[in-house]
Amino acid sequence: MFQAIERWLKGAALEAQEYVRLTMAAVRCTFTPPIYRHDVVEQFDLIGVGSLTVVLLSGLFTGAALAMQTGLTLDRFGARPVVGQLVSISMIKELGPVLTALMLTGRIGSGIAAELGSMVVTDQINALRALGTDPVRKLVVPRLLAGFCMAPVLTALADFVGIFGGWVVARFTLQVNSGVYWSSVTNGLYMQDAWMGLIKPLVFGFLIVTIACHVGLRTAGGTAGVGKSTTVAVVAGSVAVIAADFFVTQLLATLLY
Amino acid sequence: MVQGSEAQTAKQILSETGAPVVMFDRVQLAFDDKVVLADLSFTLIKGHTKIILGASGSGKSTALKIITWLLKADAGVVWVNGQRVDQLTEHEMMSVRADLGMIFQEGALFDSLTVRENVGYKLYEETAMPLEDVDRRVEEVLGFIGLIEHADKMPSELSGGQRRRVAIARAMAFKPSILLYDEATTGLDPITATTVDDEIIKLRDLEGVSSIVVTHQLRDAFYVATHMAERGPDGAVRIMPASGDKAEEAEFIMLKDGLICFEGTAEELRRSADPYLKTFLS
Ligand SMILES: Nc1ncnc2c1ncn2[C@@H]1O[C@H](COP(=O)(O)OP(=O)(O)OP(=O)(O)O)[C@@H](O)[C@H]1O
Ligand SMILES: [Mg+2]
Repeated sequence: MFQAIERWLKGAALEAQEYVRLTMAAVRCTFTPPIYRHDVVEQFDLIGVGSLTVVLLSGLFTGAALAMQTGLTLDRFGARPVVGQLVSISMIKELGPVLTALMLTGRIGSGIAAELGSMVVTDQINALRALGTDPVRKLVVPRLLAGFCMAPVLTALADFVGIFGGWVVARFTLQVNSGVYWSSVTNGLYMQDAWMGLIKPLVFGFLIVTIACHVGLRTAGGTAGVGKSTTVAVVAGSVAVIAADFFVTQLLATLLY
Repeated sequence: MVQGSEAQTAKQILSETGAPVVMFDRVQLAFDDKVVLADLSFTLIKGHTKIILGASGSGKSTALKIITWLLKADAGVVWVNGQRVDQLTEHEMMSVRADLGMIFQEGALFDSLTVRENVGYKLYEETAMPLEDVDRRVEEVLGFIGLIEHADKMPSELSGGQRRRVAIARAMAFKPSILLYDEATTGLDPITATTVDDEIIKLRDLEGVSSIVVTHQLRDAFYVATHMAERGPDGAVRIMPASGDKAEEAEFIMLKDGLICFEGTAEELRRSADPYLKTFLS
């Protein structure tokens, strides 16, 4: 029993140490040449453009559902016209960043872990190293750059279609006048909210990609190991996003407001 | 300054005939509790061939990965091309690897790249060689191994034997002076296997490549050890049985239980009376 706990703690410490080491190496490699430009472009396309559909769909329906729910609650206070404000604040500060990040974890976190994992078990990572390429530079850096830069962009798009979805519900189900909706959307917003809505996805994008790369590169045990890594990347990535959301919100709330 | 002259001396020594290009000194490696290499020492002389035999799981692939320092040994000293690799960082190791070509047992082709991109990978990505020159070199190498018509396919569209030949092409494309073949001929038909063997012999005898050949196929092992390549007066390359001196330049190593249980030439291996060797050879 005691030994099992000790073994678990040791494993966790080792894992954390390796994660920090990989992350630091990746950051260092990002700012020093050579950069594999071709791979960077490819990953921006894969991660950015490729995730567009899922992110937009989930944003749209979240905004719509939010308007529906809050509309019903607001009715009790006779405050139906401020539904736009509630939708925009919730989307921009909280739901947009978190839901987009969770969708990205499912889509790109799993993809990265599976791809890198299968490269490990088929010796392709070793082949890269034998051919003089640093796998961190070639594989991690392009994904990190793409995840870090595209997460805020995707989040902004999700926010926008979410607010649009809210408008559809407000206009056609709740019978709120369009002008009223849109002015209440902008009325309740402060610059700080926009900052919070942009800084969060930066952190999430970074976490999702670094966790997925770390898990993928540490894959062991053949094809079964790849499956396990994929699951771990999604689970660990999602938990990290939700936990980070709490801490970042708290930090930014004290710093910005 | 001192370091500069040391590097000079090392280069000078390495350029002489009979220079050691790979040296293992009491190398040990264990995975958790399982000892794979208990005490391995050998030396590969420039332009010579070392043929590593051994049962499945005896640590042959592991030994090759230690030479390229993809795996770190637990103890012992490893020299490659005049550099003590066990003291180098991953970054410093890259310059040593520039002269090492490795053919992985499972091929390890990059499955997101075409055959052409795989073969030219190092030249395209890691050197400043002009693109036309790279293309020419890639075509040349693909021609060698007879896969030119498959240049634009993906590795997943090739047969196992074809993949293995692409792996050989990728390792030789950047003209390394040391080539490590991990089961390069396993699973090939006898004719293709002989083509590959001839290639190993040609690279060794005409280009001066030092090679380590890991194989289960005794036929290929003996073929490589007992043949040599010569360029005739008309420029054509001929493969023929090696004369006395040349045959001495290929040395066999047999691994067993993490130790070397036999070391010697093809002739000595054939004549050995050791019962384990006899069962292995029969
Ligand atoms: N990553 C690893 N983790 C744990 N054990 C390993 C690992 N890689 C290899 N081994 C063990 O090391 C031993 C030697 O493996 P190696 O691949 O060197 O064998 P080999 O001589 O090349 O065999 P084969 O002829 O089948 O290719 C095996 O018993 C294997 O179980
Ligand atoms: Mg092997």
